[in-house]
Parts: sequence; structure tokens; C-alpha cells
Amino acid sequence: MTDVIQPATIPGVGDLPSDVLIRVDGLVKEFPIKRGVFFKKQIGAVQAVSGISFEIKSGETLGLVGESGSGKSTAARCILRLLEPTAGNVYFQKTQDHGADLPPIVEIAHADKQTMRILREEMQIVFQDPFASLNPRMTVASIVSEPLIVHGVGSAEERLEKVKDLLRVVGLSPEHTNRYPHEFSGGQRQRIGIARALALNPALIVLDEPVSALDVSIQAQVLNLLADLQDELGLTYLFIAHDLSVVRHISDRVAVMYLGKLVEVADRDDMYERPMHPYSHALLSAVPIPDPELELKRKRILLEGDIPSPANPPAACRFHTRCPKFVEGHCDTEEPMLRELEPGHWAACHYPEVQQLF
Amino acid sequence: MRAVDGVSFDMMAGERRGVVGESGSGKSVTAMSIMRLIEPPAGEIVTGTIEFQGQNLLALPEDDMQDVRGGRIAMIFQDPMTSLNPVYTVGDQLIETIMLHQHVSKHDARRIAADALGDVQIPEPMARLDDYPHQFSGGMRQRVMIAMGLSCNPDLLIADEPTTALDVTTQAQIMDLMLKLAEDRGTAVMLITHDLGVVAGFCDTIQVMYAGGIVEYGNATDLFGNPQHPYTWGLLGSMTRLDESHTERLHSVRGAPPSLINPPLGCRFNPRCDFVQDICHDSYPALRESGRESQIAACHLATELDLNTIDVTGVVGS
Amino acid sequence: MTDLLNRPGDGASDDAEGLAVEPITQWDLFIARLRRHRLAMISSIFLFVVIIISFVVGPLLKCDKGATECEFPQLWDHTQGLKDDDDRLLVNIAPRGSIPFGTDELGRDVLTRVVRGGQASLTVGIVTGLLVASLGTVVGALAGYYPGVVDQALMRFTDLILGLPLLPVAIVVGRLLPELTFLPDWMQSGPWGIAFLLGFLLWGSLARIVRAEFLSLREKEFVEAARAAGASDRRIIFRHILPNAMSPIIVQTTLIIGAAIIIEAALSFLGFGVRPPTPTWGGMAASGAGVAVRGFWWELVFSASALVMTVLAVNFIGDGLRDALDPTQTIERK
Repeated sequence: MTDVIQPATIPGVGDLPSDVLIRVDGLVKEFPIKRGVFFKKQIGAVQAVSGISFEIKSGETLGLVGESGSGKSTAARCILRLLEPTAGNVYFQKTQDHGADLPPIVEIAHADKQTMRILREEMQIVFQDPFASLNPRMTVASIVSEPLIVHGVGSAEERLEKVKDLLRVVGLSPEHTNRYPHEFSGGQRQRIGIARALALNPALIVLDEPVSALDVSIQAQVLNLLADLQDELGLTYLFIAHDLSVVRHISDRVAVMYLGKLVEVADRDDMYERPMHPYSHALLSAVPIPDPELELKRKRILLEGDIPSPANPPAACRFHTRCPKFVEGHCDTEEPMLRELEPGHWAACHYPEVQQLF
Repeated sequence: MRAVDGVSFDMMAGERRGVVGESGSGKSVTAMSIMRLIEPPAGEIVTGTIEFQGQNLLALPEDDMQDVRGGRIAMIFQDPMTSLNPVYTVGDQLIETIMLHQHVSKHDARRIAADALGDVQIPEPMARLDDYPHQFSGGMRQRVMIAMGLSCNPDLLIADEPTTALDVTTQAQIMDLMLKLAEDRGTAVMLITHDLGVVAGFCDTIQVMYAGGIVEYGNATDLFGNPQHPYTWGLLGSMTRLDESHTERLHSVRGAPPSLINPPLGCRFNPRCDFVQDICHDSYPALRESGRESQIAACHLATELDLNTIDVTGVVGS
Repeated sequence: MTDLLNRPGDGASDDAEGLAVEPITQWDLFIARLRRHRLAMISSIFLFVVIIISFVVGPLLKCDKGATECEFPQLWDHTQGLKDDDDRLLVNIAPRGSIPFGTDELGRDVLTRVVRGGQASLTVGIVTGLLVASLGTVVGALAGYYPGVVDQALMRFTDLILGLPLLPVAIVVGRLLPELTFLPDWMQSGPWGIAFLLGFLLWGSLARIVRAEFLSLREKEFVEAARAAGASDRRIIFRHILPNAMSPIIVQTTLIIGAAIIIEAALSFLGFGVRPPTPTWGGMAASGAGVAVRGFWWELVFSASALVMTVLAVNFIGDGLRDALDPTQTIERK
């Protein structure tokens, strides 16, 4: 019951259970703070992600939630190597052969350029902003076919056919290949982004706030599409969001981040009905529910103050400055490890306690 | 383009009204019109009246309107980063507003400003008056905006997406604060938002807007419990809920909001409506009683449809 | 009870969605957008005519016969003054029938010299523009895409170039050019030397603009998406970033072309530009200004008008190109 996730244990080949697609181990990402007029000197570092570890099983959706500054997007970008991780390992169980001399389990965080290029076929990303994530000077056809071109898949005609198929799959008309992104609505643009992510038949798709820029009625359409695609294609999702209601709808398991650290990881309903970490509890209690009668009865836990700056995080438990259950001399001196308190339910708190939310 | 077309409503003193709609529904334009903040060439108010405490605001000379703005009607905006001027201290900006609307000395204005900051639970208000906006966090800045809005004891506070740019725990703090202040002072609040959850805990009455018009109005409990307009119903069905663990598909509203440059004939919701009939293409439905006393909906079928008995899974939109 | 009323507005239904659309290429759209920009179209035609006249027509039109026997539109030799029957120079003759632009203080035909001067001024403008566009884009792109040492080194060098006082350096180098015997002849005298000189002095501002564009574009999500797809740096730079940075590059380049023409004029005005007797608009404006105070206005007015109209035309074309390259400018699909 008090199993600690050890950071940076390096398993040998075949060490990943067969149902685990990706394991993140002690991931750290620091951004240097530089100053100077001529040749800039590093004067410090912001640790956006401070040693997080988790696994995602094949075919499941892991929801990664947290407020701004929690490091959730940074963590995702490190996993995809869009940012270079400072420390830690990411193990990926490949699902295709790729015709290359790759071991069945590849370590991503230190993989060379060539390996990374191949692995990009396995992992893709959908971005938050449907207006910024599509090149305004490219047609839909060239946007969606870009991954195919980069990886040298098929002839020009074959790629066009594939693009049309993909557009159909995401619910767009295949006749729209020659249009430009600005001719589409936000929801349609997000579908184009999803089509692009699907082009190489990836196993893992990182969804970075994919619906938070969309109107509610359009959000539902895109969420339904994502669920359908997962069913049909057996996709694995890492779903990053700040909207906890959306995360509850789409995730199988949920991980909560605060200031670069994981504070709680649990199955979806466990997390939402019986949160154990005081931060998760406060976060969940802050989410409004569209039901006036329920809202009247609910008790909110209002946290004091704001999230501290990641450049200068509190010592020991990073939540201790705002925690309603803060114990002096313990929470501010000793860091709580992420422990498995119940089967599948992990929390990083010295005084965890099951909370009833409703 | 008609951003808002034939919108009429009353608000009581002290009422907390939620104005809910998606982007382009005309909810912000409505608020800007009340404040007369829309000026040519950006747009103009073509016809209509806005009566506030017996005065037609649209007929007021600009000088008098300036007294109303910030004095009797205050407004706070979505982005607390851009609504404060970065080169003046928070105190300067508060004091300026106060001295504009109240005949007090600079010394008194400073005291009122400090009280206002204290009221929005900013610690050490007297000292923080001398800080610049960048020294405040996003949530704190929105508190400053609320303090500025309420410093002259307005009768109506218009809050346009006041928490959209904030994190959820900060949003909870701000909404809690606004509720307390509005209740204590009896200020009427018009809360404009796309988030049905936020209005549920805050508002007495709600009007739902779509494509430049009001489609449904009612008190909060009735509207959420028994939506009468298919759009409201669809919107509630599209929402993921924190307290519900459903794995099935969401009932989404198909399609996207219409272009206001070229809106659909008849009911503007007809291209997306699950219950559309011939009449919906022919005439624009007026808001009408829907069988419930407090609730009116702009739907031809409002009295015939009983949306609560409809099996959602049967009519799932694509 | 609240009294509410909703009225409909009129308008036709919107059913364009889902119809098959004829493929429209980027080039079609570009041309269609450019066509709509009337000022740019007129300017393009104007500039085209100016270029043809300066580079093709001007050198062709020449009169071998004696000066007095040549009639307009056959143009006079731009180096020789007109003489009357008594072999006296026709100095400062006001515009009239066969000499529509008049003559200058050495009796030379102003029309001939305006036409020939266009060749020098336009060469300076265009060559400088091309040099600046390529140097500025390459330096700015490298600095913006590769932060760190590359960026720092290139930008400090750019600062150095921008720090040079333009006119004094141009005057000194312009004066030294004929002395630099190791340079080929075409560099030493005439417009090419000035063009290269200005090109090397003026690229700094464009480099800064391009760097800023690259810095912001490389953080854009569509660039991240390309990286996530496995695209190479080269592909990202040429396919994703550069096309989106074209507007400022084009606008700045057209401004530089205009500025180069004017700076060349200023240098010639001061006597450090293209060597006489090769005419340039700036040089003519200088000598024209000298005689204009005595009431002989024509040389100044005609050369300066040619200069101003050409610079304006270049700037309008830049405006039109920027709009035409912007895909979000809507074109009605037919």
C-alpha cells in the first residue's frame, strides 16, 4: 500500500508490461533564466516539470489536469520531444515495425534524431488553438498530407486519396482539400488538426486542450469525434485540459498536477467521487455545475491566494502555502511522495483523506 | 451585419441576470450597447430604447452618459491584463475613477480607494494602492477591476466574461466575492458568459442568446430544469458535467452558429434544430409563454414540445 | 413579468456549405487579389513603362544628324548640348514644341536626360533592393531560427551595420570607389557601385524585422505541428516560416528600393553619387535646383517628378503585393 514510484529506474528491454504503451519516469524540464546584453548568462532556472512519473496503457485515455503554470503542457511536449527534457526517461512500446532496427521498447528522452523521426509516426499531437495550429498559407490538402510527405509515404495521388479519406473520417467534406484554414469554422479547423494527427496511423495522440477554444455545442461534437476515433482505431490518448468536466467525460484515468508535480493519480470515478489530495478536492469543488439547485447545496473550498511562481516554488510539499490541512513542521519540511493509497489510487500527501464531493 | 437584432428585456433592481450564449450570439454587443460603448464606424445602434431608472440612455447627451458610465452603471471585462493601464499605479486609476464620479478631495478618494481594495479582499490595501498592475496576479487584477467597478456604488454592474481568463480555483474565489458584494449592496449584476456552470451558481434569472436574439428567458432553476427552447436543451445536453460519469456520446447540437451577415430565414436556429418543421423556415418565432409562468421561449413549438421526455440517444446529432 | 420581443431580420439562407468547389490554385488567388488593388495595378503599369523607356527605348533613340536637324521624338545625345545655327549652346531653354522638357544650363535636352537618368536611378533601386532582401532575409532568418550563439553573433554584427552613419560612410566610400582599382570597372563608376554600397549599408533593418518574425513564428503551433510530424529544419524554414514572413519582407524591400533611389539622388545631389556626365534623377535635381532660383524650373521639376512618382509607384506595388500574399483576404468563389 505504500509503494513509491521510483524515479529513473531503467528497465531493460521487455521490461514494460505488454499492456503499457508509454511510461514516463522522473521527467524533469527546466527553462533557463538568462540575462545579459551581449552574450547571455544563465542566472537561474524555472523548473516547469519536477520529476513526474506515470504510465498510459494501450487504448486508454489519461486525463492530465492542472491550472496554468502546473506544467502539464510542458510535460506533454517533453514526452513528444518537442521540448528537450532536462532529466528523466520516457519508454515507448512500439506498435509498428517501421522497417528499422529499433528495439521493441524505445527510450524517447535520449533517442537520437533518426529514431525520433521514426517514432513520430507513432505519436502525434492535436493543439489547443485551431487558429494558430494550421499554417494559414497552406491548403487543407497540404496541411493534412504534410506528415505523409515528411515520412515519404505514397505517391502524390495516393497521398491525396489518403487526405480525402482522413477528411471523411473526421467528418469534413473531401471536396474541401483546396481550401485554406481561414475558410473554416473553429470546430472544422480542429477536425483538420485531428486529421493531420491521424495521417500516420499513430498509436498515441497527445490532445493539448483540444476543445477549450471551442464553443460548448462545438466542443461536444469534437469530443464525440475523439471518442469514436478511439473506438474505431484503438487510439491511446493523453488528454490535457484545465476543464475538469470535460476530463471526466473522456478519461479512463486522471492525473492532477500542481506546480510541476503530480499530486494525485486515480481512476476517473475514484478521482471525481473520492479525491484524496486536498488540492484535487479544492480544484474539483471549484468547478461550477450547470444545476442551480446543486450549486446552492454545494460546499466550495476556496483556496487562499494564487499559485506561487514556478521560478520559486515552496519547499517540501508545494501545496503547503495554500493547503487547508497544512501541518507546520511536517508539510513544509518533508516532501510527500506519490504513494498508492488504494489499489490504483495514488496521492502525494502526508495527510490524505477521502473527501466526499457531493 | 446585425450583431443584435430586436432584443428586448427588463431587469429589476438588485437582480442577478445571466446572459448566456456562444461566441457571436450578440451577448457582449448587448452589454456594450447599454453602456453606449459602440461608436461608428465600428457599429451603431439603429433603433431601440434603453431605459435606466426612467431615463432613455440612448437620448442622453455624451456628458451625462459619462456620469452614468462608471457611476451608476459599471462594467468589468474579460481580460484583466489589458483593462488596467500599465503605466499608472492601481491607486491612481482607482482614485481617478472615484474623483470623476464623486465630489471628494484627493485624500478622501484615496481612503475610499483603499476601502474598495479591502472590500475585494486584497491584503494590505493602503500599501498596494502604490503598486503597478504588473505587480498583481491575474486574479488580483480582476479584483482590482471589481473594486473599481463598485467604488462608486453603481446600481448595475455589467460583468463581461469576468472569469474566462482565470483558472478555476481563482474563478471560484472571484465568483464568491462578486456574489457576496452584490448581495450586501443590492447591486444588480448582468453576468455575460458562455459558461452555463458559472451562471447556475450566481444568477436568479437567465436569458439565452443565439445569433443576435434572445431565444429563452426564465428563472435559473426552471431554465436548467426544464429548458423550453431546443437550443437551450441542446446546449445543456452538450455540456460535460463534473458530477456525472457518462461514457455515452454527448448530445451535441449539429452544425455551427450561422453567419450574421446572411442569417437563415425564419427561426435562426432552424438549420441546427432537431425538431424543425415547415413553419420554422417561414417565420421568426416571437418569445412566448411556454406553459411555465416565469419562462418564455422563442420557439414555434414551445408549447407542444416536451423536451424532458425526449430520449436523448434517439436524436443524437452528428 | 418581463416583456420580451424578438423580431426577425431579413436575409437569404446560407447554403454554400458542402458544395463541390473548383480547385483554385494559390497563384490564381494571388493574381485575383492583386487585380483588386487598383493603385498597385496602375503603379505596376506605370513602373513597367518607366523601366521599358529607361532601359530599352532611351538607348535606342539617338540622332546621328547634326544637332539642329534632329526633331522630337528623336532624342538628343544626353552628353551634348544643343546648339543653334551659330553654334552657340541653347542654354536654359524653356519647354517648347520640339524640346518639350527644355534644356539645362549646358544646353542638354532635359527629356533625354530624364529618360537616361531613370536607368541609373532604377538600377540603384532594384539592385539595392535585391541585395537587401537576400542579405537581410538570410541573416534575419538564421538569427531568428537558431537562438544562442548564432543569433547573438549575427545580431551584434547587424547592430554594427545599423550603427554606421549612412550618408558620411556613403560619401567616403562613394568618393573612394573610383580609386579602388582592384574592383572591376562596372563597380567603380556608375550605378552598380552605389547600389552595392547601399545594399551593404541598408540590410540591417530588414534583418531585424525578419528575425522578429522568425522568433514569433517559430513558436507558433503550426510550426510545432510540423516538428511533431518529423519535418526537417529546412522544411520548417522554407515551407512554414518564410511564407508567413513574406509580407514584412516585401513591404520593407519596396521601402528600401524607394529609399535607395532617394539616397542615390541625395548622394548625386551632393556630388558623390554616379559620376557625370551619366545623368541621374538626383544629380539632375541638384543642378536643376541651382538654376531654378533663377526661374529655370523645368530641369528640377521634371527630374524630381520622375523620382517621386517612381518611388510612390514602388511603395504602392509593395502594398498590393502584401495584400495579395495574404491568404485570409477573401476572394468570392464563383
